[in-house]
Amino acid sequence: MPCIDSSGQINEMARKLLDAFAEGSSLIATADKTGLPLYRVRSGARELAEAGLVEPANETYALTDAGRAAMAKVSGES
Amino acid sequence: METTTQEKAAPSIPRLGQPAPAFEAQTTHGTLRLEDFKGSWLILFSHPADFTPVCTTEFVAFAEIAPELKKRGVELCGLSIDSTYSHIAWVRNIEEKFGVKIPFPVIADLNKEVATLYGMIMPGESKTETSRCVFVIDPNGTLRAMIYYPLTTGRNMQEILRLIDALQTTDKNGVATPANWKPGEKVIIPPPATAEAAEERMKAGFETKDWYFSKKSL
Repeated sequence: MPCIDSSGQINEMARKLLDAFAEGSSLIATADKTGLPLYRVRSGARELAEAGLVEPANETYALTDAGRAAMAKVSGES
Repeated sequence: METTTQEKAAPSIPRLGQPAPAFEAQTTHGTLRLEDFKGSWLILFSHPADFTPVCTTEFVAFAEIAPELKKRGVELCGLSIDSTYSHIAWVRNIEEKFGVKIPFPVIADLNKEVATLYGMIMPGESKTETSRCVFVIDPNGTLRAMIYYPLTTGRNMQEILRLIDALQTTDKNGVATPANWKPGEKVIIPPPATAEAAEERMKAGFETKDWYFSKKSL
């Protein structure tokens, strides 16, 4: 999975997506903000949803508790 | 509803003007579905095999036109009957040996699911490799153009760019494009469908050879 490694750690792309979704960005706005092609935003969001880090909300995605915890963990490490 | 690769069907060629066959596939950019490309134009293309010379020239050439395609809202996605690991090794080799980074995903179609759906395998040429196919899919997921080249012949990237320009010009302006058309040249006005409209066309002020043949500048 490009967004999450085998140990469950999120990578840079996942962090960018979670950042954008945390701000309530639409998929198109997330593509603009992250510089990722829209298809990678969609596939990345799907991976994050499968990992339980985001859930569909109003035609975009919202962070779950697990997603917020993952972000907090990354922020604590940096 | 989840969209995954359509049920296995007998090999067939997709039809222009119809929805492009849905798929879900492993790629060098992770798992991708056709629907992930919705809203963008997509050039889905196949090549016979990784680490082969004509295919390498084509990958370099596709990478070279990728910025021009991006300006036109077009994404690229390659495909062959090779593994993801082979694709990764090959694109890394292309970068190392040719200095060209491959910016687009490449489908690892080891089970030939996508190749079968899109009629990419020509048994008269090879039963184990995909021919050099190009499918142009519009932002609504409709198949708009197909190009098939044999194993021996590398594709012409300028023609692919020209095809995209022609399709987008048609969509934007409701016109057709003549043989060898290039952006900036005159376009064809669709022929009138009634005798009355044909009469009107002769007086409409276009560059008209006869009632069915009119051109104009955009």
